[in-house]
Amino acid sequence: MPVIRIDGQDYEVKEGDNLLQACLGLGLDLPYFCWHPAMGSIGACRQCAVVQYQNAEDQRGRLVMSCMTPVSDGAIFSLAGDKAATFRQAIIESLMTNHPHDCPVCAEGGECHLQDMTVMVGHRDRHYRGLKRTHRNQNLGPLIQHEMNRCIACYRCTRYYRDYAGGTDLAAMAAHNHVYFGRHEDGVLESEFAGNLVEVCPTGVFTDKPLQQEYTRKWDLQSAPSLCTGCAVGCNTLAGERYGKLKRIHNRYNSEVNGYFLCDRGRFGASFVNHKQRLDWAGRRSANGRFDAIDSDQALQHLAAACQRGGLAGIGSPRASVEANFLLRTLVGADNYSPGFSAAEQPLVELALSLQQQTRALIPSIKQIESADAVFILGEDVTNTAPRIALALRQSVRNIAYTMAAQLRLLPWQDAAVRNLAQEQRNPLFIAALADTRLDDVAAATLHLAPADIARLGHAVAARIRTARAHSPATLSPNKVSPNKVPPNEVMDEALQQQADTIASALLDAKRPLLLSGTGCGSAAVMAAAADIAAALGSPAAATVTKGNVNNSDSDSDSDAENSSTTASKVDSDAAGPAVMLCLAVPEANSLGQALLTGPSAPTLEALTVRAVGGEIQTLLVLENDLYRRGPAADIERLLQHVAEIIVIDSLDNPTLSASTLALPAASFAESEGTLVSMEGRAQRHFPVFLPAKERRASWQWLLACLQAISHPRTTDLQHFDDVTNACASDIAALANITKAAPDHLFRNAGLAKVPRQPHRYSGRTAMGANVSVHEPKQAADEDSALAFSMEGVNQFQPGALLPFVWAPGWNSNQSLHKFQTEVGGPLKGGTAGAKLLQQTGAADDHAAPLSPSAFKPVTGQWLLVPRYKIFGSEELSAHSPAIAQLLLPAYLEITAADAERLQVDEGDGVQVMDSASGATLATLEVRINDTMADGCAGYSVGHSAHQGSIFNLVAGTGVALQKADPWQRRTQSAPGADLIATDSPTNSNTAAPGGPNHV
Amino acid sequence: MQSPLIPNLSDQEISAIDNEIAHAPCRAAVAIDALKIVQSHRGWVSDASLQAIARHLHMSAAELDGIATFYNLIFRRPVGEQVILLCNSITCWIKGASQIQQQISARLHIGLGETSADNQYTLLPVTCLGACDRAPVMLVGEQLHTHLDDAALELIFRSREEAEE
Repeated sequence: MPVIRIDGQDYEVKEGDNLLQACLGLGLDLPYFCWHPAMGSIGACRQCAVVQYQNAEDQRGRLVMSCMTPVSDGAIFSLAGDKAATFRQAIIESLMTNHPHDCPVCAEGGECHLQDMTVMVGHRDRHYRGLKRTHRNQNLGPLIQHEMNRCIACYRCTRYYRDYAGGTDLAAMAAHNHVYFGRHEDGVLESEFAGNLVEVCPTGVFTDKPLQQEYTRKWDLQSAPSLCTGCAVGCNTLAGERYGKLKRIHNRYNSEVNGYFLCDRGRFGASFVNHKQRLDWAGRRSANGRFDAIDSDQALQHLAAACQRGGLAGIGSPRASVEANFLLRTLVGADNYSPGFSAAEQPLVELALSLQQQTRALIPSIKQIESADAVFILGEDVTNTAPRIALALRQSVRNIAYTMAAQLRLLPWQDAAVRNLAQEQRNPLFIAALADTRLDDVAAATLHLAPADIARLGHAVAARIRTARAHSPATLSPNKVSPNKVPPNEVMDEALQQQADTIASALLDAKRPLLLSGTGCGSAAVMAAAADIAAALGSPAAATVTKGNVNNSDSDSDSDAENSSTTASKVDSDAAGPAVMLCLAVPEANSLGQALLTGPSAPTLEALTVRAVGGEIQTLLVLENDLYRRGPAADIERLLQHVAEIIVIDSLDNPTLSASTLALPAASFAESEGTLVSMEGRAQRHFPVFLPAKERRASWQWLLACLQAISHPRTTDLQHFDDVTNACASDIAALANITKAAPDHLFRNAGLAKVPRQPHRYSGRTAMGANVSVHEPKQAADEDSALAFSMEGVNQFQPGALLPFVWAPGWNSNQSLHKFQTEVGGPLKGGTAGAKLLQQTGAADDHAAPLSPSAFKPVTGQWLLVPRYKIFGSEELSAHSPAIAQLLLPAYLEITAADAERLQVDEGDGVQVMDSASGATLATLEVRINDTMADGCAGYSVGHSAHQGSIFNLVAGTGVALQKADPWQRRTQSAPGADLIATDSPTNSNTAAPGGPNHV
Repeated sequence: MQSPLIPNLSDQEISAIDNEIAHAPCRAAVAIDALKIVQSHRGWVSDASLQAIARHLHMSAAELDGIATFYNLIFRRPVGEQVILLCNSITCWIKGASQIQQQISARLHIGLGETSADNQYTLLPVTCLGACDRAPVMLVGEQLHTHLDDAALELIFRSREEAEE
């Protein structure tokens, strides 16, 4: 490791780092703007200047930009040197000439990187007395506020939005000192990852718009480490609260999972927590059918009494915590407990789990996905089902750029140079999907096929790989090619076979091939095909990578080896064969946890319905689950009608809650502790950000109280949340590691103090409730976690799972994160949060491959229903967030233009969807024309509310007939985006402000 | 999806742009030429024109707008029939470009960046026209005028007025 001298002191630094990275990693304060740890250096802002000396005799030195200077052994630098310090001060001063100094009304104030850097360089006096340039701001939609006057032109926004996230509708306009970052014209930012601009922008140009409705400064936020419940990726979040309201979600760094970025569903989808339809009190349906609020103790008595009557069954939830589900299962008994999936979903999730358990392939973290050098996506529209993965895939296709750069001895953080070098060259990404996806622009090839054909393509790829491997003497695969593994080749379309060959050879050439699929196209065959390819590619090398990958510490060391693309090339892949990765997406935040909890063959909703109809079930307990989203309304009603007592524990009003006889108000994720298991089998913990208001309680608390009220033997000694986690871990072998997801409630930081949820500058603690009582309230205690509802304590050194906010002296913004990392972009000093649960056997790789399904043959007048997901709208809870609600589309059916013509419908018309078999009308939906839909398929919007306002329930794979609905009340005003297109009149030109001829 | 609200480029414009594309490695590479072609036909590049060009070049409107607004001489607002580019760089400045500008402003009742009421002229400053040896200079439309002084200006504008009558 090179040793460099900074201001007279020697430091050991990492080979290949730039000086800025090295300094920040060493804990030295050095101001910067344009550099970002995830995006490398471009040397644009000149803020990180330092003095470099030729040798020990050199007294003058010269200014260099530290972000553009590689560290080299024996190099001598000065950060404090006059020349550099003066220069840095002058840079800030010049940036500030056009900055409005509107900090008091700026949403960034108090966590502003520009403020921090200004203070850091010591620029105090404003000498500039001239006019400041001003800009016109744009309306960028309901999520992001635009205030261009604050811009310092660091270009981070466009570098993130375009280069990193692949967005095309935000650009740098104009030149000189009136550079403008915005859209061509007003309108919603198109990228699903636009919200990260809030954290990427070093000042207040892009800020969180919903937060501004009821604004709170960072120092006044009470925060806790939390998790996104929007999908199964398991992104770590920092949730902030004030006055009993969840104010905002920020990214919580996890080097293995979400890194520095979230998707917009995660960032803006959590404010359902503040929804006015939250349940506040327990309620009981009285004899006259009315719903009366009742006392919680009374409710508990009813609950306990009902549980003692027998005939008890429970329905858990893939969106509730492991602990709550475990307690419900304990209460009703495993035989009477359904995990709460829909009939179609349950076998798919169970399959996803068993495929992951039985493969030798690596189940990748997001960071490992970023290191893939060839990707084949089978059927999953990840941008809409597991969005954060789409952002990772955009990085994976750039690995070729780093390889090319390494050949030229160009360092990977030389961002502009590396991008210029590779231009449009990308690693191969193949997409076989039902229709277009948002990753098509970086794909080598996209195929739009019906699920059965995607599976066939997959098996053909696997067969091709096996043939190639069989002829290659170098590969001594343990799973010998048996003839029965080759799927029947019968009527494989020649063009498709060619595609299969192309994909197979790309995967064979790759050192880190990734197969990506999931439950998102509603087909088991597709997932099986993905696993089949992984098995075909599999090798002993891959097995050694995955075997140790069961617990937290091991996954850390793994990730070090696979540390981003920078070092990807040195991974043990060359000699030992490729490191194959298999990633299977599942629908919800704890879907995989539910599958692990119950194991295969748990009672389905249908099984419970049969028993209810048979009179076996008198009391049904439903945990955080709207059953009307799990099956056709008629089926659900049949279940509910045959049960005398329906007890529902949930947070937000929904049709199931309305059908209950006893309703118990649950705390949301932000008000409760819980463990969730992500799609890669990573158990992670979320902590209460604030205490639940009124009579809301965490679901596990309701259930534990009930279990104790009926003196259930398993729970007599359970008291704290941790006791429940421990009980679950000891009862369920597959969940044994959930205790390692986070430290228990006895943890004390530095051996002494709890971790504070409030920053030390938290204000108004004694006065906040003065409108209710002028007496200072006692601070609430948190008996269940190592976090405190207080400013007192230590927010340093603790494990990563307990990081409630990032702040460091002099670093008020989120850029203080580097003070919590072992090195820039590395794991947190306290260790990576979460614990991996999956034990892999590799058994499947030696089994015969599943047979390929027969080809899909479109029939005229009949369509195959296929699911189409939307980042906004397909997920239940985030759709209740007010900002996201503004972006929802009404339920729709996507068909090709040719089909539309056949049905004589146009975009926006209504179409009736009828079951081909029974002729029954399933739903009436708005038509959207999408010419990329696979032939003979009709895509329905998953989870969107239909025009009567209820959730329709269509099942993927159903054969349907379509018919124009008449009369039809059009729900969307016009084609999406049409209202955003300007006319030719000069007065309507929004972008003339930044550019135009008269800006001189 | 193509929106009917975006007007099409004219056949002439399209063939000129396609001619450039034939010599370029990729469509987006001719962005500047395409903007110049459309501006030469329409005088300026409106939002709608810009969207039409972007669509033709398979670029996003934002990306093309970034290019269009970067260059001072791609006009994103309407300009007069003639654009006057008056040099204010060092040589012309020494030789009295400021007085020339005052003269023009007084005559046409417009300041820098403005268009005359009759929509005849737009006055813009420019950094250099490459004729420093004949300073001060200005470009009216495509016509270079050198050795400017009161008399020269009088002559230029009078002759133009007369030509119009």
